[in-house]
Amino acid sequence: MAKQISKTAVFTALAMIFSYIEAVIPFNFGIPGVKIGIANIVIVTALYRFGVKEAVGISFIRVFLIGLLFGNIVSLVYSLSGAVLSLIGMIICKKLKLSIIGVSAVGGVLHNTGQLSAALIMLQSTAVTYYLPVLLVSGLITGILIGIVARQTNKVLKKINF
Amino acid sequence: MNKRDFIAIGIVIILSALGFIFLNFNLKNDAQGGETVKISVGADIYGTYPLNENDEIKINTKNGFNTVVIENGSVFVKDADCRDRYCVRQGKIRNGSIICLPHRLVIEIESNDKSIDAVAG
Ligand SMILES: [Zn+2]
Repeated sequence: MAKQISKTAVFTALAMIFSYIEAVIPFNFGIPGVKIGIANIVIVTALYRFGVKEAVGISFIRVFLIGLLFGNIVSLVYSLSGAVLSLIGMIICKKLKLSIIGVSAVGGVLHNTGQLSAALIMLQSTAVTYYLPVLLVSGLITGILIGIVARQTNKVLKKINF
Repeated sequence: MNKRDFIAIGIVIILSALGFIFLNFNLKNDAQGGETVKISVGADIYGTYPLNENDEIKINTKNGFNTVVIENGSVFVKDADCRDRYCVRQGKIRNGSIICLPHRLVIEIESNDKSIDAVAG
């Protein structure tokens, strides 16, 4: 039990580091709100290595701590919406026995859909809709890449018995 | 990746787009006037300005400041203290919109040929 908690803590710290990198070096797509969501590497890996509870826990702690440290209430709402929608989608798809890459791709798409929906509601503007196609495609590509990385990471973790 | 993955991804993308369009239609409720520049902060309209009159608008909110310039029928954000400065980098526009997400600021150019009021339920 204690061992499981410390493993989850290591993953949470990793997710924080990824979020931090993303916060200080904004990967610029030229579109507001587009975050690659590289912290999702940790979430997807945790979902397969540990389970649903751990992945949800890590995700929420990450969103709130990053929001507290580097963001404001607006960015917190954006990332929370993205994280929740993406988690729900990934958990369902994992239950449906999709491959890890498929699960991650769905997570990536929903991550961006969640963020953009929050922007639409908070800004009360239909203008953000112009960004939808780009966000869907970038979410898909990012999700697939993250899935590939998470699959490899899980193989290594299994080998070293983490 | 297998067939199941592709089907699921396809469904998710279609549902995302549909959900978004649904949200979008529910928001289309503002009456649209002539060729105007509409600046809004969050749900509140900050002001509307004619596109054919040169102007410099300094917007100060609790989120920060943006300096919007209307010049010869185009709009751009000259300066802002937001973290990402996407709004400044988006440059001059003659249609569409500039968005500053950190400041919840939206600058839209509205033309008179759009009357989507009928959609609002
Ligand atoms: Zn800005």
